[in-house]
Amino acid sequence: MKQDRAFALDSILNNPSSPWMDGSGNLADVVISSRVRLARNLKDTPFPHLLEEKEADQVLDRVFSAVDLIGPRGFGGEIIKVRLDNLSLLDRQVLVEKHLISPQHAESGFGKGLILRQDEAVSIMVNEEDHLRIQCLHSGLELDEAWILASGIDDLCDELLDFAYDERIGYLTSCPTNVGTGLRASVMVHLPALAMANEVSRVLAAVNKLGLVVRGIYGEGTEGQGNVFQISNQISLGQTEKEIIENLSLVAKQVVSEEKRVREGLFKNRRAELEDRVFRALGILSNARRMTSNEAIRLWSDLRLGVEFEMIPGLTMKDTNQILVLSRPNYVQRTAGKSLQPEERDTRRAELIRRHLANRKV
Amino acid sequence: MMCEECGKAPAVVHVEKIVNGNKMVLNLCRECAEKKGVLDMFFQPSFSINNLLSALLGSQEPALPTLELGKEETRCPICGMSYRDFARAGRLGCSRCYSVFETRLEPLLRRIHGSDKHVGKAPSKAGETARVRKEIEELKKELSIAVSREAYEKAAELRDKIRELEKKMRGNPA
Repeated sequence: MKQDRAFALDSILNNPSSPWMDGSGNLADVVISSRVRLARNLKDTPFPHLLEEKEADQVLDRVFSAVDLIGPRGFGGEIIKVRLDNLSLLDRQVLVEKHLISPQHAESGFGKGLILRQDEAVSIMVNEEDHLRIQCLHSGLELDEAWILASGIDDLCDELLDFAYDERIGYLTSCPTNVGTGLRASVMVHLPALAMANEVSRVLAAVNKLGLVVRGIYGEGTEGQGNVFQISNQISLGQTEKEIIENLSLVAKQVVSEEKRVREGLFKNRRAELEDRVFRALGILSNARRMTSNEAIRLWSDLRLGVEFEMIPGLTMKDTNQILVLSRPNYVQRTAGKSLQPEERDTRRAELIRRHLANRKV
Repeated sequence: MMCEECGKAPAVVHVEKIVNGNKMVLNLCRECAEKKGVLDMFFQPSFSINNLLSALLGSQEPALPTLELGKEETRCPICGMSYRDFARAGRLGCSRCYSVFETRLEPLLRRIHGSDKHVGKAPSKAGETARVRKEIEELKKELSIAVSREAYEKAAELRDKIRELEKKMRGNPA
Protein backbone atom coordinates (compact mmCIF):
# COMPACT_ATOMS: atom_id res chain seq x y z
CA MET A 1 0.00 0.00 0.00
CA LYS A 2 2.72 2.38 1.01
CA GLN A 3 4.58 1.58 -2.18
CA ASP A 4 1.48 2.33 -4.21
CA ARG A 5 1.30 5.76 -2.63
CA ALA A 6 4.94 6.50 -3.36
CA PHE A 7 4.33 5.38 -6.90
CA ALA A 8 1.24 7.59 -7.16
CA LEU A 9 3.17 10.67 -6.06
CA ASP A 10 6.02 9.79 -8.37
CA SER A 11 3.72 9.65 -11.34
CA ILE A 12 2.42 13.12 -10.45
CA LEU A 13 5.96 14.48 -10.13
CA ASN A 14 6.99 12.88 -13.43
CA ASN A 15 4.01 14.17 -15.35
CA PRO A 16 4.42 17.71 -16.70
CA SER A 17 0.69 17.85 -17.23
CA SER A 18 -1.93 18.50 -14.59
CA PRO A 19 -5.62 17.91 -15.31
CA TRP A 20 -6.36 21.48 -14.21
CA MET A 21 -4.14 22.75 -17.03
CA ASP A 22 -5.77 20.70 -19.76
CA GLY A 23 -7.39 23.62 -21.54
CA SER A 24 -10.96 22.65 -20.65
CA GLY A 25 -13.52 24.87 -18.94
CA ASN A 26 -14.98 28.29 -19.49
CA LEU A 27 -12.99 30.89 -21.50
CA ALA A 28 -9.97 28.59 -21.49
CA ASP A 29 -8.39 30.38 -24.45
CA VAL A 30 -7.49 33.19 -22.03
CA VAL A 31 -8.04 31.82 -18.52
CA ILE A 32 -5.55 29.04 -17.80
CA SER A 33 -6.92 28.08 -14.39
CA SER A 34 -9.03 29.04 -11.39
CA ARG A 35 -8.03 28.45 -7.82
CA VAL A 36 -9.77 28.71 -4.46
CA ARG A 37 -7.83 28.49 -1.21
CA LEU A 38 -9.27 28.30 2.30
CA ALA A 39 -7.14 28.97 5.39
CA ARG A 40 -8.26 26.93 8.40
CA ASN A 41 -6.85 26.32 11.87
CA LEU A 42 -7.41 23.98 14.78
CA LYS A 43 -9.05 25.52 17.82
CA ASP A 44 -6.76 26.46 20.73
CA THR A 45 -3.65 25.01 19.12
CA PRO A 46 -0.70 27.34 18.50
CA PHE A 47 -0.32 28.30 14.84
CA PRO A 48 2.42 26.44 12.93
CA HIS A 49 5.09 29.13 13.38
CA LEU A 50 4.97 28.55 17.16
CA LEU A 51 4.82 24.76 17.13
CA GLU A 52 7.61 22.55 18.44
CA GLU A 53 8.49 19.55 16.32
CA LYS A 54 6.44 17.12 18.44
CA GLU A 55 3.37 19.36 18.42
CA ALA A 56 3.62 19.95 14.68
CA ASP A 57 3.74 16.18 14.16
CA GLN A 58 0.65 15.80 16.35
CA VAL A 59 -1.22 18.32 14.20
CA LEU A 60 -0.12 16.48 11.08
CA ASP A 61 -1.21 13.12 12.56
CA ARG A 62 -4.60 14.56 13.50
CA VAL A 63 -5.16 15.93 10.02
CA PHE A 64 -3.97 12.71 8.35
CA SER A 65 -6.32 10.59 10.49
CA ALA A 66 -9.22 12.88 9.66
CA VAL A 67 -8.38 12.55 5.98
CA ASP A 68 -8.40 8.75 6.33
CA LEU A 69 -11.86 8.91 7.90
CA ILE A 70 -13.18 11.16 5.15
CA GLY A 71 -11.78 8.75 2.59
CA PRO A 72 -11.80 8.83 -1.20
CA ARG A 73 -15.58 9.05 -1.26
CA GLY A 74 -15.60 12.31 0.68
CA PHE A 75 -12.80 13.74 -1.42
CA GLY A 76 -14.25 12.50 -4.68
CA GLY A 77 -11.11 10.62 -5.68
CA GLU A 78 -8.04 8.73 -4.49
CA ILE A 79 -5.97 10.59 -1.94
CA ILE A 80 -2.21 10.68 -1.40
CA LYS A 81 -0.80 11.79 1.96
CA VAL A 82 2.81 12.91 2.08
CA ARG A 83 5.14 14.11 4.81
CA LEU A 84 7.26 16.72 3.07
CA ASP A 85 10.40 15.83 5.05
CA ASN A 86 10.25 12.44 3.30
CA LEU A 87 10.70 14.16 -0.05
CA SER A 88 13.88 15.54 -1.55
CA LEU A 89 14.21 19.30 -1.99
CA LEU A 90 14.01 18.75 -5.75
CA ASP A 91 10.68 16.90 -5.43
CA ARG A 92 9.31 19.64 -3.18
CA GLN A 93 10.38 22.28 -5.70
CA VAL A 94 8.65 20.41 -8.51
CA LEU A 95 5.44 20.54 -6.44
CA VAL A 96 5.91 24.32 -6.33
CA GLU A 97 6.46 24.46 -10.08
CA LYS A 98 3.22 22.54 -10.52
CA HIS A 99 1.48 25.08 -8.26
CA LEU A 100 0.52 22.33 -5.79
CA ILE A 101 2.33 23.84 -2.80
CA SER A 102 3.67 27.31 -1.98
CA PRO A 103 7.39 28.14 -2.10
CA GLN A 104 7.22 28.70 1.66
CA HIS A 105 5.89 25.18 2.18
CA ALA A 106 8.75 23.69 0.17
CA GLU A 107 11.36 25.13 2.55
CA SER A 108 12.72 22.59 4.98
CA GLY A 109 10.96 22.35 8.31
CA PHE A 110 9.21 19.82 10.49
CA GLY A 111 5.62 18.60 10.57
CA LYS A 112 4.82 19.80 7.07
CA GLY A 113 2.42 17.70 5.04
CA LEU A 114 0.56 17.55 1.79
CA ILE A 115 -2.70 15.84 0.96
CA LEU A 116 -3.27 15.52 -2.73
CA ARG A 117 -6.15 14.14 -4.73
CA GLN A 118 -4.80 11.98 -7.52
CA ASP A 119 -6.10 14.33 -10.22
CA GLU A 120 -4.33 17.28 -8.52
CA ALA A 121 -7.58 19.26 -8.33
CA VAL A 122 -7.51 19.19 -4.51
CA SER A 123 -4.48 19.77 -2.37
CA ILE A 124 -4.24 20.52 1.33
CA MET A 125 -1.06 21.96 2.78
CA VAL A 126 -0.68 21.05 6.45
CA ASN A 127 1.34 23.31 8.77
CA GLU A 128 2.11 25.98 6.23
CA GLU A 129 1.28 29.45 7.59
CA ASP A 130 -2.01 27.98 8.85
CA HIS A 131 -2.73 24.45 10.07
CA LEU A 132 -4.66 23.74 6.87
CA ARG A 133 -4.72 25.40 3.52
CA ILE A 134 -7.35 23.72 1.39
CA GLN A 135 -6.79 24.43 -2.28
CA CYS A 136 -8.93 23.50 -5.28
CA LEU A 137 -7.86 24.02 -8.86
CA HIS A 138 -9.86 23.92 -12.07
CA SER A 139 -9.00 24.52 -15.68
CA GLY A 140 -10.54 27.64 -17.24
CA LEU A 141 -12.73 30.19 -15.47
CA GLU A 142 -14.47 27.88 -13.01
CA LEU A 143 -14.30 29.67 -9.68
CA ASP A 144 -17.80 28.55 -8.62
CA GLU A 145 -16.88 24.91 -9.17
CA ALA A 146 -13.63 25.32 -7.28
CA TRP A 147 -15.42 27.05 -4.39
CA ILE A 148 -18.12 24.37 -4.11
CA LEU A 149 -15.47 21.67 -4.03
CA ALA A 150 -13.31 23.49 -1.46
CA SER A 151 -16.27 24.33 0.75
CA GLY A 152 -17.48 20.71 0.76
CA ILE A 153 -14.06 19.45 1.80
CA ASP A 154 -13.91 22.21 4.42
CA ASP A 155 -17.21 20.94 5.92
CA LEU A 156 -15.99 17.35 6.07
CA CYS A 157 -12.71 18.36 7.70
CA ASP A 158 -14.43 20.70 10.14
CA GLU A 159 -16.66 17.92 11.45
CA LEU A 160 -13.62 15.95 12.49
CA LEU A 161 -11.10 18.67 13.29
CA ASP A 162 -13.14 21.46 14.86
CA PHE A 163 -11.82 24.60 13.18
CA ALA A 164 -11.18 27.87 15.00
CA TYR A 165 -14.12 30.12 14.26
CA ASP A 166 -15.50 33.25 15.86
CA GLU A 167 -19.12 34.31 15.34
CA ARG A 168 -18.10 37.90 14.77
CA ILE A 169 -14.85 37.76 12.79
CA GLY A 170 -15.15 34.32 11.18
CA TYR A 171 -12.39 31.80 10.62
CA LEU A 172 -9.29 32.66 12.63
CA THR A 173 -5.96 32.65 10.83
CA SER A 174 -2.32 33.09 11.68
CA CYS A 175 -2.11 36.34 9.74
CA PRO A 176 -4.94 38.84 10.30
CA THR A 177 -5.00 39.57 6.56
CA ASN A 178 -6.71 36.19 5.99
CA VAL A 179 -9.24 36.30 8.80
CA GLY A 180 -12.98 36.03 8.08
CA THR A 181 -13.63 33.78 5.13
CA GLY A 182 -9.98 32.66 4.96
CA LEU A 183 -10.63 32.71 1.23
CA ARG A 184 -8.19 33.60 -1.48
CA ALA A 185 -9.62 33.10 -4.95
CA SER A 186 -7.49 33.60 -8.01
CA VAL A 187 -7.48 33.21 -11.76
CA MET A 188 -4.46 32.74 -13.99
CA VAL A 189 -4.82 34.57 -17.29
CA HIS A 190 -2.71 34.67 -20.45
CA LEU A 191 -2.68 38.15 -21.99
CA PRO A 192 -0.29 38.09 -24.98
CA ALA A 193 -2.33 40.40 -27.21
CA LEU A 194 -2.70 43.09 -24.55
CA ALA A 195 1.06 42.79 -24.05
CA MET A 196 1.76 43.18 -27.79
CA ALA A 197 -0.45 46.26 -27.86
CA ASN A 198 1.23 47.67 -24.72
CA GLU A 199 -2.07 47.73 -22.92
CA VAL A 200 -1.43 45.28 -20.09
CA SER A 201 -0.50 47.89 -17.52
CA ARG A 202 -3.57 49.97 -18.31
CA VAL A 203 -5.88 46.98 -17.81
CA LEU A 204 -4.13 45.70 -14.71
CA ALA A 205 -4.05 49.14 -13.08
CA ALA A 206 -7.83 49.18 -13.39
CA VAL A 207 -8.00 45.73 -11.80
CA ASN A 208 -5.92 46.98 -8.89
CA LYS A 209 -8.31 49.83 -8.29
CA LEU A 210 -11.09 47.31 -7.71
CA GLY A 211 -9.34 45.89 -4.67
CA LEU A 212 -7.81 42.95 -6.52
CA VAL A 213 -4.15 42.01 -6.60
CA VAL A 214 -2.15 41.11 -9.69
CA ARG A 215 0.96 38.95 -9.48
CA GLY A 216 3.15 37.01 -11.90
CA ILE A 217 2.81 33.35 -12.82
CA TYR A 218 5.10 32.18 -10.00
CA GLY A 219 4.11 34.87 -7.50
CA GLU A 220 5.71 38.16 -6.64
CA GLY A 221 8.72 39.13 -8.72
CA THR A 222 7.68 37.14 -11.79
CA GLU A 223 5.36 39.80 -13.21
CA GLY A 224 5.00 39.66 -16.95
CA GLN A 225 6.74 36.28 -17.42
CA GLY A 226 5.04 34.51 -20.28
CA ASN A 227 2.41 37.25 -20.25
CA VAL A 228 0.70 35.23 -17.53
CA PHE A 229 -0.89 37.04 -14.61
CA GLN A 230 -2.65 35.87 -11.47
CA ILE A 231 -5.50 38.04 -10.27
CA SER A 232 -6.81 37.47 -6.75
CA ASN A 233 -8.91 39.06 -4.02
CA GLN A 234 -7.18 41.06 -1.32
CA ILE A 235 -9.84 41.29 1.35
CA SER A 236 -11.17 38.27 3.21
CA LEU A 237 -13.41 39.90 5.83
CA GLY A 238 -16.69 41.77 5.41
CA GLN A 239 -17.72 40.12 2.14
CA THR A 240 -19.33 36.73 1.61
CA GLU A 241 -17.46 34.06 -0.32
CA LYS A 242 -20.04 34.36 -3.05
CA GLU A 243 -19.46 38.12 -3.35
CA ILE A 244 -15.69 37.68 -3.44
CA ILE A 245 -15.96 35.04 -6.16
CA GLU A 246 -18.55 36.89 -8.22
CA ASN A 247 -16.50 40.06 -8.07
CA LEU A 248 -13.36 38.27 -9.25
CA SER A 249 -15.27 36.37 -11.97
CA LEU A 250 -16.77 39.59 -13.33
CA VAL A 251 -13.40 41.31 -13.43
CA ALA A 252 -11.80 38.26 -15.05
CA LYS A 253 -14.50 38.22 -17.73
CA GLN A 254 -13.87 41.91 -18.39
CA VAL A 255 -10.12 41.29 -18.74
CA VAL A 256 -10.87 38.35 -21.08
CA SER A 257 -13.06 40.48 -23.30
CA GLU A 258 -10.36 43.19 -23.48
CA GLU A 259 -7.77 40.59 -24.45
CA LYS A 260 -10.08 39.11 -27.08
CA ARG A 261 -10.90 42.51 -28.53
CA VAL A 262 -7.19 43.20 -29.02
CA ARG A 263 -6.63 39.67 -30.40
CA GLU A 264 -9.28 40.21 -33.05
CA GLY A 265 -7.66 43.50 -34.02
CA LEU A 266 -4.25 41.81 -34.28
CA PHE A 267 -5.68 39.04 -36.39
CA LYS A 268 -7.29 41.52 -38.76
CA ASN A 269 -4.58 44.14 -39.02
CA ARG A 270 -1.27 42.50 -38.10
CA ARG A 271 -1.81 38.92 -39.19
CA ALA A 272 1.52 38.44 -40.95
CA GLU A 273 3.42 39.73 -37.91
CA LEU A 274 1.36 37.52 -35.67
CA GLU A 275 1.91 34.38 -37.72
CA ASP A 276 5.60 35.11 -38.06
CA ARG A 277 5.89 35.39 -34.32
CA VAL A 278 3.98 32.18 -33.62
CA PHE A 279 5.86 30.07 -36.17
CA ARG A 280 9.24 31.46 -35.18
CA ALA A 281 8.47 30.37 -31.61
CA LEU A 282 7.44 26.93 -32.86
CA GLY A 283 10.60 26.72 -34.95
CA ILE A 284 12.93 27.58 -32.09
CA LEU A 285 11.11 25.42 -29.54
CA SER A 286 11.19 22.46 -31.96
CA ASN A 287 14.85 22.85 -32.91
CA ALA A 288 16.92 24.69 -30.33
CA ARG A 289 19.76 22.83 -28.62
CA ARG A 290 19.99 25.11 -25.62
CA MET A 291 17.32 27.15 -23.92
CA THR A 292 17.04 29.14 -20.68
CA SER A 293 13.80 29.02 -18.71
CA ASN A 294 13.19 32.69 -19.51
CA GLU A 295 13.47 32.09 -23.24
CA ALA A 296 11.26 29.02 -22.96
CA ILE A 297 8.43 30.84 -21.22
CA ARG A 298 8.66 33.77 -23.65
CA LEU A 299 8.41 31.45 -26.66
CA TRP A 300 5.73 29.39 -24.89
CA SER A 301 3.59 32.55 -24.72
CA ASP A 302 3.91 33.09 -28.48
CA LEU A 303 3.20 29.44 -29.18
CA ARG A 304 0.12 29.45 -26.97
CA LEU A 305 -1.15 32.53 -28.78
CA GLY A 306 -0.91 30.50 -32.01
CA VAL A 307 -2.86 27.65 -30.40
CA GLU A 308 -5.45 30.13 -29.14
CA PHE A 309 -5.90 31.24 -32.79
CA GLU A 310 -5.95 27.56 -33.90
CA MET A 311 -3.03 28.24 -36.23
CA ILE A 312 -1.09 25.07 -35.45
CA PRO A 313 -2.90 21.86 -36.42
CA GLY A 314 -2.17 18.93 -34.15
CA LEU A 315 -1.13 20.97 -31.12
CA THR A 316 -3.68 21.12 -28.30
CA MET A 317 -3.88 23.55 -25.42
CA LYS A 318 -2.98 20.71 -23.09
CA ASP A 319 0.20 19.90 -25.06
CA THR A 320 1.12 23.56 -25.04
CA ASN A 321 0.55 24.09 -21.34
CA GLN A 322 2.77 21.10 -20.55
CA ILE A 323 5.74 23.06 -21.87
CA LEU A 324 5.30 25.43 -18.93
CA VAL A 325 6.08 22.71 -16.39
CA LEU A 326 8.48 20.90 -18.70
CA SER A 327 10.78 23.91 -18.84
CA ARG A 328 10.95 24.73 -15.12
CA PRO A 329 14.44 24.37 -13.64
CA ASN A 330 13.57 21.78 -10.98
CA TYR A 331 11.40 19.68 -13.25
CA VAL A 332 14.22 19.61 -15.80
CA GLN A 333 16.69 18.47 -13.14
CA ARG A 334 14.31 15.86 -11.81
CA THR A 335 14.10 14.21 -15.21
CA ALA A 336 17.90 13.92 -15.06
CA GLY A 337 17.68 12.43 -11.57
CA LYS A 338 20.25 14.89 -10.22
CA SER A 339 21.00 18.58 -9.89
CA LEU A 340 22.51 20.14 -13.00
CA GLN A 341 24.68 23.15 -13.76
CA PRO A 342 22.81 25.95 -15.55
CA GLU A 343 24.30 25.11 -18.99
CA GLU A 344 23.49 21.42 -18.56
CA ARG A 345 19.98 22.40 -17.61
CA ASP A 346 19.59 24.55 -20.73
CA THR A 347 20.67 21.66 -22.93
CA ARG A 348 18.35 19.23 -21.22
CA ARG A 349 15.43 21.69 -21.29
CA ALA A 350 15.83 22.20 -25.05
CA GLU A 351 15.90 18.43 -25.50
CA LEU A 352 12.75 17.87 -23.42
CA ILE A 353 10.79 20.50 -25.33
CA ARG A 354 12.08 19.27 -28.68
CA ARG A 355 11.06 15.70 -27.90
CA HIS A 356 7.67 16.82 -26.57
CA LEU A 357 6.88 18.68 -29.80
CA ALA A 358 8.31 15.95 -32.05
CA ASN A 359 5.95 13.45 -30.38
CA ARG A 360 3.02 15.65 -31.34
CA LYS A 361 4.19 15.65 -34.96
CA VAL A 362 3.65 19.37 -35.27
CA MET B 1 37.71 23.88 -5.53
CA MET B 2 38.18 23.55 -1.77
CA CYS B 3 36.99 25.97 0.90
CA GLU B 4 39.43 28.84 1.37
CA GLU B 5 38.65 29.04 5.06
CA CYS B 6 39.04 25.46 6.31
CA GLY B 7 40.48 23.76 3.24
CA LYS B 8 38.65 20.57 4.21
CA ALA B 9 35.38 20.67 2.33
CA PRO B 10 34.46 21.60 -1.24
CA ALA B 11 33.58 25.27 -1.72
CA VAL B 12 29.91 25.60 -2.56
CA VAL B 13 29.35 29.27 -1.72
CA HIS B 14 31.02 31.85 -3.90
CA VAL B 15 30.81 35.44 -2.76
CA GLU B 16 31.98 38.51 -4.60
CA LYS B 17 32.37 41.58 -2.47
CA ILE B 18 33.22 45.00 -3.78
CA VAL B 19 34.97 47.14 -1.19
CA ASN B 20 36.13 50.61 -2.27
CA GLY B 21 36.06 49.50 -5.87
CA ASN B 22 38.24 46.42 -5.23
CA LYS B 23 36.66 43.07 -5.97
CA MET B 24 37.19 40.34 -3.38
CA VAL B 25 36.23 36.76 -4.07
CA LEU B 26 35.49 34.26 -1.32
CA ASN B 27 35.01 30.55 -1.93
CA LEU B 28 33.62 28.77 1.10
CA CYS B 29 32.10 25.47 2.15
CA ARG B 30 28.59 25.63 3.53
CA GLU B 31 29.67 25.29 7.14
CA CYS B 32 32.21 28.11 6.99
CA ALA B 33 29.79 30.29 5.07
CA GLU B 34 27.24 29.79 7.81
CA LYS B 35 29.81 30.57 10.47
CA LYS B 36 30.72 33.78 8.73
CA GLY B 37 27.06 34.68 8.39
CA VAL B 38 27.41 34.94 4.63
CA LEU B 39 24.32 32.88 4.00
CA ASP B 40 22.15 35.09 6.18
CA MET B 41 22.28 37.79 3.54
CA PHE B 42 20.61 35.51 1.06
CA PHE B 43 18.31 33.52 3.24
CA GLN B 44 16.73 36.35 5.11
CA PRO B 45 13.01 35.98 4.77
CA SER B 46 12.07 38.33 2.01
CA PHE B 47 9.94 41.34 2.67
CA SER B 48 6.56 39.98 3.60
CA ILE B 49 3.12 41.06 4.58
CA ASN B 50 4.13 40.32 8.16
CA ASN B 51 6.93 42.91 8.07
CA LEU B 52 4.44 45.38 6.77
CA LEU B 53 1.91 44.56 9.47
CA SER B 54 4.57 44.75 12.07
CA ALA B 55 5.42 48.27 10.87
CA LEU B 56 1.77 49.22 10.94
CA LEU B 57 1.43 47.96 14.50
CA GLY B 58 4.68 49.53 15.62
CA SER B 59 3.29 52.90 14.72
CA GLN B 60 0.26 52.27 16.92
CA GLU B 61 2.18 51.18 19.96
CA PRO B 62 4.22 53.89 21.64
CA ALA B 63 7.42 52.59 23.18
CA LEU B 64 6.76 51.57 26.75
CA PRO B 65 8.25 53.90 29.31
CA THR B 66 11.04 52.21 31.26
CA LEU B 67 8.93 52.23 34.40
CA GLU B 68 6.38 49.93 32.79
CA LEU B 69 8.89 47.42 31.58
CA GLY B 70 8.70 45.40 34.77
CA LYS B 71 4.92 45.24 34.62
CA GLU B 72 3.27 42.02 33.54
CA GLU B 73 1.93 42.11 30.01
CA THR B 74 -1.28 40.37 29.09
CA ARG B 75 -0.39 37.05 27.56
CA CYS B 76 -2.52 34.55 25.71
CA PRO B 77 -3.22 31.59 28.02
CA ILE B 78 -2.89 29.08 25.17
CA CYS B 79 0.26 30.13 23.33
CA GLY B 80 1.80 32.66 25.73
CA MET B 81 2.04 35.40 23.14
CA SER B 82 1.85 39.04 24.19
CA TYR B 83 0.54 41.86 22.03
CA ARG B 84 4.08 43.13 21.69
CA ASP B 85 5.20 39.74 20.37
CA PHE B 86 2.43 40.01 17.81
CA ALA B 87 3.40 43.54 16.88
CA ARG B 88 6.93 42.31 16.30
CA ALA B 89 6.03 39.19 14.29
CA GLY B 90 2.94 40.45 12.47
CA ARG B 91 1.37 37.06 13.15
CA LEU B 92 -0.82 35.83 15.96
CA GLY B 93 0.08 32.84 18.09
CA CYS B 94 -3.16 30.90 18.11
CA SER B 95 -6.90 31.31 17.60
CA ARG B 96 -7.38 32.33 21.23
CA CYS B 97 -5.18 35.43 20.69
CA TYR B 98 -8.04 36.98 18.74
CA SER B 99 -10.22 37.14 21.85
CA VAL B 100 -7.37 38.00 24.22
CA PHE B 101 -6.32 41.02 22.13
CA GLU B 102 -9.78 41.71 20.73
CA THR B 103 -10.00 45.43 21.47
CA ARG B 104 -6.62 46.15 19.96
CA LEU B 105 -7.15 43.95 16.90
CA GLU B 106 -10.48 45.48 15.88
CA PRO B 107 -9.05 48.74 14.54
CA LEU B 108 -6.34 46.78 12.75
CA LEU B 109 -8.87 44.53 11.03
CA ARG B 110 -10.79 47.61 9.92
CA ARG B 111 -7.60 49.04 8.49
CA ILE B 112 -6.79 45.87 6.57
CA HIS B 113 -10.23 44.78 5.42
CA GLY B 114 -12.36 47.89 5.78
CA SER B 115 -14.59 45.81 8.04
CA ASP B 116 -14.53 43.90 11.29
CA LYS B 117 -17.62 41.78 10.72
CA HIS B 118 -17.62 38.36 9.12
CA VAL B 119 -20.61 37.84 6.85
CA GLY B 120 -19.48 34.67 5.07
CA LYS B 121 -19.76 30.99 5.72
CA ALA B 122 -20.15 29.59 9.23
CA PRO B 123 -19.19 26.03 10.14
CA SER B 124 -22.06 23.84 9.03
CA LYS B 125 -24.77 22.96 11.52
CA ALA B 126 -24.28 19.32 10.78
CA GLY B 127 -20.68 19.71 11.87
CA GLU B 128 -21.73 21.54 15.02
CA THR B 129 -24.23 18.82 15.93
CA ALA B 130 -21.69 16.08 15.38
CA ARG B 131 -19.30 18.00 17.58
CA VAL B 132 -21.81 18.41 20.42
CA ARG B 133 -22.77 14.75 20.17
CA LYS B 134 -19.14 13.76 20.49
CA GLU B 135 -18.72 16.04 23.48
CA ILE B 136 -21.76 14.50 25.18
CA GLU B 137 -20.36 11.01 24.63
CA GLU B 138 -17.08 12.03 26.22
CA LEU B 139 -18.82 13.64 29.18
CA LYS B 140 -20.90 10.52 29.70
CA LYS B 141 -17.75 8.44 29.86
CA GLU B 142 -16.32 10.84 32.42
CA LEU B 143 -19.58 10.67 34.33
CA SER B 144 -19.50 6.90 34.65
CA ILE B 145 -15.90 7.08 35.86
CA ALA B 146 -16.85 9.73 38.40
CA VAL B 147 -19.77 7.63 39.64
CA SER B 148 -17.64 4.51 39.94
CA ARG B 149 -15.18 6.52 42.02
CA GLU B 150 -18.04 7.90 44.10
CA ALA B 151 -17.00 11.46 43.20
CA TYR B 152 -20.59 12.66 43.39
CA GLU B 153 -19.91 16.37 43.35
CA LYS B 154 -17.99 16.01 40.10
CA ALA B 155 -20.68 13.68 38.75
CA ALA B 156 -23.42 16.22 39.43
CA GLU B 157 -21.40 18.85 37.63
CA LEU B 158 -20.96 16.57 34.63
CA ARG B 159 -24.64 15.63 34.61
CA ASP B 160 -25.63 19.31 34.45
CA LYS B 161 -23.24 19.89 31.60
CA ILE B 162 -24.64 16.93 29.68
CA ARG B 163 -28.21 18.14 30.23
CA GLU B 164 -27.30 21.59 28.98
CA LEU B 165 -25.67 20.18 25.83
CA GLU B 166 -28.60 17.85 25.19
CA LYS B 167 -30.92 20.84 25.41
CA LYS B 168 -28.72 22.64 22.88
CA MET B 169 -28.89 19.60 20.57
CA ARG B 170 -32.68 19.62 20.61
CA GLY B 171 -32.72 23.27 19.60
CA ASN B 172 -30.27 22.54 16.82
CA PRO B 173 -31.24 19.28 15.13
CA ALA B 174 -28.95 17.71 12.56
